[in-house]
Amino acid sequence: MSVMENLAAVFGDPNMQWVLLSCMLLGVASGVLGCFALLRKHSLLGDAVAHAALPGICLAFLVTGSKSLFWFMIFAAAVGWLASICIGAVTRYSKIKEDTALGLVLSVFFGVGIVMLTGIQHSAGGNQSGLDSFLFGKAASLVGSDVAVMTGAAGVLLVICFLLFKEFKLLSFDPGFGRGLGMPMGWLNALLMLLIVTAVVIGLQAVGVVLMAAMLITPALAARYWTERLDHMILLAGLFGAVSGALGTFLSSLAANMPTGPVIVLSATLLFLLSMTFAPQRGLLMKVWRLRRLRRQVAREQALLSLYEEMEKGSRESFREEELLERRKQGARRLKRALRDLARSGAAERRGEGWALTAAGLEQAYRLLIDRRMQDLFAMYEGTFGALIFDRDQGRLEDQLPPETVRTLWNLLKVHGLMPKLVPATLKGRGGEAS
Amino acid sequence: MNEFPVTVENVTVAYHQKPVLREVNLQIPQGKLIGIVGPNGAGKSTLMKAILGLVPRAAGEVYIHGRSCKEQRKLIGYVPQRESVDWDFPTHALDVVLMGRYGHIGWFRRPGSLDREIVMSSLEKVGMADYAYRQISQLSGGQQQRVFLARALAQDAGIYFMDEPFAGVDAATEKAIIRLLSELKSQGKTVLVVHHDLQTVTEYFDWLLLLNVRKIAFGPTADVFTEENLQMTYGGRLNLLQNKIPLLRQQRA
Repeated sequence: MSVMENLAAVFGDPNMQWVLLSCMLLGVASGVLGCFALLRKHSLLGDAVAHAALPGICLAFLVTGSKSLFWFMIFAAAVGWLASICIGAVTRYSKIKEDTALGLVLSVFFGVGIVMLTGIQHSAGGNQSGLDSFLFGKAASLVGSDVAVMTGAAGVLLVICFLLFKEFKLLSFDPGFGRGLGMPMGWLNALLMLLIVTAVVIGLQAVGVVLMAAMLITPALAARYWTERLDHMILLAGLFGAVSGALGTFLSSLAANMPTGPVIVLSATLLFLLSMTFAPQRGLLMKVWRLRRLRRQVAREQALLSLYEEMEKGSRESFREEELLERRKQGARRLKRALRDLARSGAAERRGEGWALTAAGLEQAYRLLIDRRMQDLFAMYEGTFGALIFDRDQGRLEDQLPPETVRTLWNLLKVHGLMPKLVPATLKGRGGEAS
Repeated sequence: MNEFPVTVENVTVAYHQKPVLREVNLQIPQGKLIGIVGPNGAGKSTLMKAILGLVPRAAGEVYIHGRSCKEQRKLIGYVPQRESVDWDFPTHALDVVLMGRYGHIGWFRRPGSLDREIVMSSLEKVGMADYAYRQISQLSGGQQQRVFLARALAQDAGIYFMDEPFAGVDAATEKAIIRLLSELKSQGKTVLVVHHDLQTVTEYFDWLLLLNVRKIAFGPTADVFTEENLQMTYGGRLNLLQNKIPLLRQQRA
């Protein structure tokens, strides 16, 4: 069967459509709420809540005697929320740290859940309960009425997040300031916890209690790589969650007996790995590339300055690579490459055995040296310049400061005897002052 | 309006049975720059948080213009310590300053154009207008501090509480903060600042609160900043500091 035929089979089958839709919904809900969980530094909370949901599900079965997703969700959410409150209480009223409290609560609740589950399965009629499918999820068992419940819950979550976006942002960034504003941060926190619990519970039947935490963290983490704005991050995380859900459903349908939940989690992980590697600002590849570019630029500047400083001594114009290496320790290969870079940009040229600065190179070196020394002086006299800010990433100092400050710095250069002695012919007659 | 915008009565705070603040009484006058000074662990930040209701009080009351702090939130601006938040949060400077307007904006609503105007002028006042859309993780420590100050300005309050605004900032930011403080003072606003540098205390503040778990002294700087009071506040640690403080040298001479 070709991939296209497979796609058609998946989307054509009404049962598969329900599954697909639910998996996308759970992805959106957990992606959006995951952003807040991540930024609140509550990533592991989802794990504790998901594990704690198991006793809730068993309790729902024991109390109602039915297998309705609605009651499962209500009980799972209630017990999950109880677990999150337990974690908060343990952290607050004992000397136990939050990570330990998480581990403690998670294992206690999950242990109780497993005991209850085993009890139910060994009781009369209990072995048909199918509750064990909640451990690793069973997406294939989702039907239309389940999707309706999931849609309702996810819809409520998204609407609340939209309405309280500003409040949740403040809660995630600076709850202390929020309290100072008189906003009820305690209540908002409790509400956010409830929403996170609900997002986890939505995905339980499809993904299972063991893996659900991954759906909370992974799409949000992947989204963080692409943006520096919270609203964009939330939209992206929702999208990543939905894509993971769809991709997982589709991929698991390609082979018989492939579990949907774990494949969804793996799809989300794939998106995360792609984001971590290829994201434009924070991605690993870009980081490596930026570091290499920086090293190359530093090597070029150092070679330029070495040439200038040797030339400033006045005897010769051309210098061998060994002489330059003596001036500044850098890798011989790096220097060679830097000199080639300089030659290509017309700042330096080969002359006999060695290298010399061209007129353009001399001017470049002169300006660079002035800028560096001005930066030093600016740092020395920073206090006298009032509230000026200088940003090293934004090019030369002279271009950023007001003219009178630049003039002061020029005078200071002269007073401190820091003016470079070798003034390029192109700048002579202006007192060496580059504009 | 009451002459004393903030009244602190018998405020006591304890963490795990150990008192960090004991029976502090204060009548804070209008329109003064007030430094809160004391050694590490003296309860400087805690006093500020206790006044704002951010930590539970074991005893005591705080009144802002005669009413409880809860009712007077809009009169209060707060600058928390810079380290109290994660600066890798996905947002830019302007967005952080907008948070100062949240109390005015109200529930569910988004900030309007008036809020944005106020925020921009607040950024302007701390010299950060050019950095409005800069990612907050890319700001230097001093710039982050200025963003926090701008956020407090955007609150448009009458009484400001600043927790160590001078800690770990560059010279330019220190200048900007001082200028801002005197501007707030000239507008008749009351500013309380937790401070840790004894050398600059006399220069920056016209009133002082010397604190070490209890109130040691409170009043105009010239009256309060005496060797005896400092000895009581800092105990044995003062000897190390003495030679560095110009005012004390003068008093001895």
